[in-house]
Amino acid sequence: MTRFLIRRLAILLPTLLFVSIIIFGLQQLLPGDPAIAMAGEERDPQAIADIRAKYNLDKPIWVQYGLWISGILQGDFGESIRIQLPVSQLLLEKLPVTIELAFLSMLIALLIGIPAGVISALHNGRWPDYVANVIGLWGLSTPNFWLGIMMILLFSVHLGWLPASGYVSPTEDLWGNLQAMIMPAFVLGTGIAAVFMRHTRSAMLQVMASDYIRTARAKGLYERVVIGKHAFRNAAVPVITLGALEFGQLLSGAVLTEQIFSIPGFGKLIVDAVFNRDYAVVQGVVLCTATAYILLNLLADIAYFLVNPRLRT
Amino acid sequence: MSEAVIASPVAKPATEQSPARRALRRLFRRKGAVFGLAVVLLFIAFALLAELIAPYDPIVADWSALRGEPTLEHPFGGDELGRDVLSRVIHGARASLFAGVVSVVLALLIGIPVGLLSGYAGGLVDGVIMRFTDAMLAVPFLILAIAMAAFLGPSLTNAMIAIGIAAAPIFVRLTRAQVQAVKVEDYIEAAHAVGNSPLRIAFRHILPNIWPALMVQSTLTIATAIIAEASLSFLGLGQQPPEPSWGSMLNTAKDYMSDAPWMAVYPGLSIFLVVLCFNLLGDGLRDAFDPRHKE
Repeated sequence: MTRFLIRRLAILLPTLLFVSIIIFGLQQLLPGDPAIAMAGEERDPQAIADIRAKYNLDKPIWVQYGLWISGILQGDFGESIRIQLPVSQLLLEKLPVTIELAFLSMLIALLIGIPAGVISALHNGRWPDYVANVIGLWGLSTPNFWLGIMMILLFSVHLGWLPASGYVSPTEDLWGNLQAMIMPAFVLGTGIAAVFMRHTRSAMLQVMASDYIRTARAKGLYERVVIGKHAFRNAAVPVITLGALEFGQLLSGAVLTEQIFSIPGFGKLIVDAVFNRDYAVVQGVVLCTATAYILLNLLADIAYFLVNPRLRT
Repeated sequence: MSEAVIASPVAKPATEQSPARRALRRLFRRKGAVFGLAVVLLFIAFALLAELIAPYDPIVADWSALRGEPTLEHPFGGDELGRDVLSRVIHGARASLFAGVVSVVLALLIGIPVGLLSGYAGGLVDGVIMRFTDAMLAVPFLILAIAMAAFLGPSLTNAMIAIGIAAAPIFVRLTRAQVQAVKVEDYIEAAHAVGNSPLRIAFRHILPNIWPALMVQSTLTIATAIIAEASLSFLGLGQQPPEPSWGSMLNTAKDYMSDAPWMAVYPGLSIFLVVLCFNLLGDGLRDAFDPRHKE
């Protein structure tokens, strides 16, 4: 276990280093002089000089990177140009909202995707399999922002059942919060559910063909026990770890979904920052999501390692 | 000819058909893939012949069709400036397909050489490239594309560059894995032994063998890239008005949802249909090239 962890961490650190270099490098993409870009329309020479000194733009690039990364390691992500607040404070404010959305979406994805995958595998080649496959392809191919717009059209505009926007914090009004979150969570969840379904289906098909399933049946166990206890538990292992990989997809989707439903999370933060040329915020959000994704993958690897005794040699 | 094959179970010599032809035949046996191919070709025709097919100019406003309901003259209705939604959807195919294809070509142009280098060289070079690729894959695809498009500035070209770069790591990984699988084969060793240069071996001997896998992944990535372009245009980072694109049409449409829902329905339906068909085609190609792979 220790050796595995050490090896895993040895890969993790350079990856994080490269992530930070890529994100820092983004500002090199700015056309022209970043100080002029940040100073806005007026191009006041004094303002440009101030920005240059404040953001160390007058220093060599590796010094700039060093100052930037050492700031971040101390929790200093810079300051938002637009709201004049530390970026770290904005990130901490918005993070719980996106985590709630991600959690609810994941729940919906698991509740739809895994049963659909199991049913489709058990009826391999017959109509429930076809239906599940069609729904799966549909889920993979629908752009979630369009699904969001269509759901608002149906449930808010036509039926008037759910609010189209208007996020409330769960600590203020839990019911209102769930009402505002259910549509965006469904929109995000269905896309991921399709991926879960496909993985569950292929994992189940593989397990069902194995010898121990034949043995379990030969022993005369009930089919319910064979499927629930012997097959599904083994098939679930790769599916759950693949779930961690889908988390990145979830965060990508959240950007647009939050935009459509006006949910004040990470997605809305980065889009607003993009349009206000608030680059420190853009970098902060990207760095946070990437780090979260890397750590989740590490946890998934550890979980996979723990539940799979064959790897512990 | 096919009857003859069925009649005699003894396999004919494999020299009669090239692997590519056999794969193609398997592809055409799959209904989903054929449907996907047909729709994709239809949309390509829309994109190429938009001026001839579209009933109206996609940019000229017509006040009489202002947010007009779908009628015989305007089957998909009119938008907020009275432009014909059908004509805009047809012209929008151009931006979407072009963006999808160009960004995947860019991703291939970056991914293949880097992947070949990584897989072929191994050692430290491989280690550095792979850590860098991991780092890029750690940033969620769309967020990376949005961040790059934000810094590059909003335009369709920049959106394509951003999507292409964000998609490149997938091809680096795929090429590298394929190279590692084939480089131990005897024919590569033979090519080495007769004195071919590593560059020649990489491009003449390894690349043709990994081409099917790259083609399958490209088709599936075009689907992702089309959604990404629509997403960026939806956020205002891609195609700029008044030029039509499905994403930017949806962006405008969301402000007129109660009085002109058709503005949102048709562009979205087009994205869905094109993406679905690229996915069907990609799945079909995968099964055709690798009959063992059955999900």
